[in-house]
Amino acid sequence: MIRLAAIFSFMICVAFTMSAQHNHDGHDHSGHDHSSHDHSGHDHSGHDHSGNAHGAKGHATGHGDHGGCGHHGEFDVAETAMHHISDANVYSIGPLQIPLPIMLKSDDGWELGMSSKFHPDLLGHGDGHLGHNRYVLHGGIVKRIADSSFPMGEFKVSGFKHAEEMVDGKEKDVVYVCTGDAMHKLEQKSTFDGGLFGGGMSSYKDFSLTKNVTSMLLVCLFLFWIFRRAAKAYKKQDGEAPKGLQGMLETFVVFIRDEVAIPFLGPKWEKYFTFLLSVFFFILGLNLYGQIPFFGGSNVTGNLAVTMVLALLTFLITNFSGNAHYWKHLLVAPGVPFIVKLIIIPVELMGLFIKPLTLMLRLFANITAGHIVMVVFIGFIFIFGKSGESIVGASGAAVGSTLLTMFMMAIELIVALVQAFVFTILTASYIGAATEEAHH
Amino acid sequence: MLFVLLDFSPIKPDFGLFFWTVLIFLIFWFLMGKMAFGPIKDALKKRENDIQDALDESKKAREEMANMKAENAKMQSQANEERAKILQEAKEMKNSIISEAKDKAKDEANKIVANAKIEIDNQRKAAVTDIKNQAGVMAIEIAESLIKKNLKGDAEQEGLVNTLVDKFNLN
Repeated sequence: MIRLAAIFSFMICVAFTMSAQHNHDGHDHSGHDHSSHDHSGHDHSGHDHSGNAHGAKGHATGHGDHGGCGHHGEFDVAETAMHHISDANVYSIGPLQIPLPIMLKSDDGWELGMSSKFHPDLLGHGDGHLGHNRYVLHGGIVKRIADSSFPMGEFKVSGFKHAEEMVDGKEKDVVYVCTGDAMHKLEQKSTFDGGLFGGGMSSYKDFSLTKNVTSMLLVCLFLFWIFRRAAKAYKKQDGEAPKGLQGMLETFVVFIRDEVAIPFLGPKWEKYFTFLLSVFFFILGLNLYGQIPFFGGSNVTGNLAVTMVLALLTFLITNFSGNAHYWKHLLVAPGVPFIVKLIIIPVELMGLFIKPLTLMLRLFANITAGHIVMVVFIGFIFIFGKSGESIVGASGAAVGSTLLTMFMMAIELIVALVQAFVFTILTASYIGAATEEAHH
Repeated sequence: MLFVLLDFSPIKPDFGLFFWTVLIFLIFWFLMGKMAFGPIKDALKKRENDIQDALDESKKAREEMANMKAENAKMQSQANEERAKILQEAKEMKNSIISEAKDKAKDEANKIVANAKIEIDNQRKAAVTDIKNQAGVMAIEIAESLIKKNLKGDAEQEGLVNTLVDKFNLN
């Protein structure tokens, strides 16, 4: 009961400070609006259009100038959620922006250093006040001025501007940077979804130690540390009953061995056991790490690149350890009438790729959804509080939001375990099916 | 449309994160396999084998114990029997020794008695012989003295013979 009250009062405090800060930001950005107001005359026509689109959508009605440069002051829960679940070049804990190393590759060479070189406020939203070699920091993420004629070197950044534009027949969120005399369209880092999910190739690739990479390193080091200790305990207390950390970890290891590895892989289980355990603890560790409150809320296993790597490894291991029996069934389908073969073989071949794809998407969707729900529930405080205008609304929503968030956190703990387990058990079943000996 | 409109970046796989994930996960897998999961797996297996061995051993020991107990009981009963036999034998031997000794003693006694009888006989015979000899000597002496006295009358002769005979009768 005391703990509940403590969490609750903490939530209210956070709600107040955050809403106050949001309000402050609104003022700050409207200041930027005025500074860039003079330049709106010789602005890009595309930008004007976007400004209109913005207005038509009913955004930012009470704040600033649509043609100007700055955030719309109104709280947009969807945008906030998207921002919180995305990878970033700073590690943000609340308003604190901890700089991270950046390694950016473009045709102009490598851009190295720390993300603090873009001079973001230590307590803020991760918008850098300086740009370098066309790179800028916006919302904690490095972006680049798309215009290749923009001069290299350092430049001052006075603000950012979001707009919705039609790109290739699709409405897209486009960001502009204001450099004092003009606005420049920004592009995002290259992604290899081939435009399928709205990404694509741009002029640079981001190999930075981002928030997700940092989280991954921290979690892997932590896991290595605790498991190393447990492994040593087996040596030190040889012949004794397990206890403490060793006993806790052993529960998981034995569970994976007896419920996943041995039932699915049979006598060959030992060969794949370390992979299954690595996958399980990597996913579980990162799932749980992302749920630690006020610790950044990294959405690592909710990022498609990460789940793709894991699914790809499963795919490779499955097919490289596939025996003759497996391939024969897949490619020849013996004992099946010819007409049925025409259907079954393509389906089997598709299944070969669909299996890892579902692995990839299931984990990604579950974890990302969990993070979005958390942000949205906390966002209720700002929606009902009207971004700090209504203290009563914020307080009321804080009560409901606390209860909902606590409930969701409990659910997410289960999801973290279940998703790690499901990924592992499916991996084991795919490998098991590929290595199964013929027995007719 | 919402996700396209807003920057739903987690679904857009980027090169950097892909690269780092591959690198970190492979190193993680390798190190954990070599230094943590492998040893733990082996330790668990070893412990399970140890437990199984210990169980088997204790079962064997129990069986052995039961066997030994049975053997002990058998040996004890055997020993008991043997003891009874030995006691019996000893008793028999005692009896036989006693009876033998008795027989022997009786024999000896009989022998002694017989010897004594023979001795007595001999002594008596010797005595008789001695008496006979003495009587003979006496007779000779009497005869001698008779002859020496020159017997004057019959009455004197008769008196002398009677005194001599009386003398003999006394013996």
